[in-house]
Amino acid sequence: MMSAETFSEQRLYGIAASPGICIGKAYLVDREGVQVVQKYELRPDEVSHEISRFKAAVKKADDELNVVIANTPEELKQNSAILEAHKVLLKDKLLYGKVLGTIENERINAEWALKKVVAEINAIFNQMTDSYFRERADDINHVADRILQNLIGAQRKNIGAIDKRVILVARDLSPADTSQIQLERIKGFITDKGGRASHTSIIARTLELPAVLGLHDATRRIGNDDIVIVDGTAGMVILHPAEQTLLTYEERRERYEGYKAQIRRRSHLPAETRDGVHVRTLGNIELTEEVVSVLDHGGDGIGLYRTEFQYMNRKEFPDEFELYDKYRDVVEVMGPRPVTIRTLDINGDKAVAFAPDNYEANPALGLRAIRYCLKKPEIFKTQLRAILRAAAHGNVRVLFPMISGQEEIVAARRLLDEAALELSRAKVPHNRDIPVGMMVEVPSAVIMADVLVRHVDFFSIGTNDLIQYTMAIDRGNQDVAHLFHPLHPALIRMVHRVTQIALEAQIGLDMCGEMAADPLNVPLLLGLGLTELSMAPASIPGIKRMVRLVSAADGQALLQDVLRLEKVRDVVRLVDEAYGQLVAQKVYGDMGASK
Amino acid sequence: MDSLSRTVRIINPLGLHARAAARLAAVAGRAAGPVWLIRADERVDATSIIDILTLACLPGSVLTIEVHRPEDQAILDQLVQLVVEGFGE
Repeated sequence: MMSAETFSEQRLYGIAASPGICIGKAYLVDREGVQVVQKYELRPDEVSHEISRFKAAVKKADDELNVVIANTPEELKQNSAILEAHKVLLKDKLLYGKVLGTIENERINAEWALKKVVAEINAIFNQMTDSYFRERADDINHVADRILQNLIGAQRKNIGAIDKRVILVARDLSPADTSQIQLERIKGFITDKGGRASHTSIIARTLELPAVLGLHDATRRIGNDDIVIVDGTAGMVILHPAEQTLLTYEERRERYEGYKAQIRRRSHLPAETRDGVHVRTLGNIELTEEVVSVLDHGGDGIGLYRTEFQYMNRKEFPDEFELYDKYRDVVEVMGPRPVTIRTLDINGDKAVAFAPDNYEANPALGLRAIRYCLKKPEIFKTQLRAILRAAAHGNVRVLFPMISGQEEIVAARRLLDEAALELSRAKVPHNRDIPVGMMVEVPSAVIMADVLVRHVDFFSIGTNDLIQYTMAIDRGNQDVAHLFHPLHPALIRMVHRVTQIALEAQIGLDMCGEMAADPLNVPLLLGLGLTELSMAPASIPGIKRMVRLVSAADGQALLQDVLRLEKVRDVVRLVDEAYGQLVAQKVYGDMGASK
Repeated sequence: MDSLSRTVRIINPLGLHARAAARLAAVAGRAAGPVWLIRADERVDATSIIDILTLACLPGSVLTIEVHRPEDQAILDQLVQLVVEGFGE
């Protein structure tokens, strides 16, 4: 019996966390038994048995954690530190002791006693104002879930034992889960929770597996072995697809794979426009491992190395040596190609979990990025020393985020000099003679660009934040998300001002936001004078291909036309009329039409 | 019985986070009698990580550590030492 015939097709929309299409059977890895906990009362003579049952479940949970810790691969060891704390939590008085007391005093079954105790603990933590401490409730819940599973006797789906290629469906994947997955068995990811910055998203993108995250109730709607289509480009999941949908998507998937293979074959060749303008395409990376992906996709270097990851999911700030070690890995793999290291950009969606002093109501407008670093010069200089040391091994550029005015760039440069001086005094090999740049992502920096240009060696235009701050919209807010558009006339004018100033002063210039990753924007960016674009590694081949299909002169003409337009809709229509066909036919097949 | 207590300040940059709490609880768990952490008017059981975490101690918080039995003097000293050394961070 085909499920396509017995169920009606459903489309679920979530966050497009990693591009591509896959079709296959769903494999649920969730804590299914947890919802069906029942309460029952015990006879006096049953109490001691119930207590032993609970103790056995805890013992088993402890054994399981030991196995997970022992089997954690070296590169994920950092994540397993928290598992050690989980082991201690298993026996915590307020959890273990209280559950035993509840079983004894209230004569209720262990499952229900556990549930009750955990609910009380959650209530305490939920009231906390500090986000770090509030989130510790998750640790306690993870531990309680593990005990509960053992009590219910529910076979915990062993992710490590998947024997066919499946689409993983989960509420959320913890680092403990992901460290067990045999990734070659996975076709794609679907989760209820998580966004683009989540662990799952990063893993999916690194492995180039399609992923749609943040679907809220996917685990409730999707059953084991259901046929699902994951369209990670559009952020859509199709459940119980109809025959016709399956055919369409199978075709699309093949075309997409074919397109990927085809453009990848040519992606190692340089990208030059028809009128001979050479464009450098660089990769944005977050993990050391993504370097390989940049090279595989024909990247000419790293345009944006986000350094927050080493500060996340851990309890201590990384030290200079650890950071140096990571940076050096990247720099050495890239050889003579540039590696642009952006200094720590802590912000709303990437709060450093252990720095409890960063709780803010409005983090995007708060103490983030360079502001945070200038307030914590020791943390900042630790990173700067690591960067300067790594610079001795290759072609490093340093990039300061969120600069909003002259004082900040001057202060940041002063700390860079201090860091270099410290290294010199300690006779540690390093290289101070590297390009120093700033992100142009705050509107005040655009306005002051003529002043700031004298203080840096390059500008890197970050469109995501620039749009958010220019349009005064929160990217995560669905009600205003429609205003977020890189082709807004206001944004084009701002970018235009920055590129003109940079080109005139002959400093370096690149763009590293999502705007640079869309082939449709290439002609306009060329017209603006941008010849260095940085993007997710997987986007590089498509951008290179588009560069080869157009000319910079046409781009300049397009820019002149666009600058006369008043509305975002008119800009979109003009760009689409001029280049939409080219993108849709040559680059995406009919993928463009599905957008 | 007189209780023994010492007042300390949390100096490690991360505050009394989960792993630090786990270390305190491990030491406190070896005491013969009760061990309390007191901040302002809140008093928690130092042998429980969960209880310690509910204090939500940020860096700079001032805590009193209290033991009730004379033989737990050594435990008290060790706890003070952990905090004073910033948990080795």
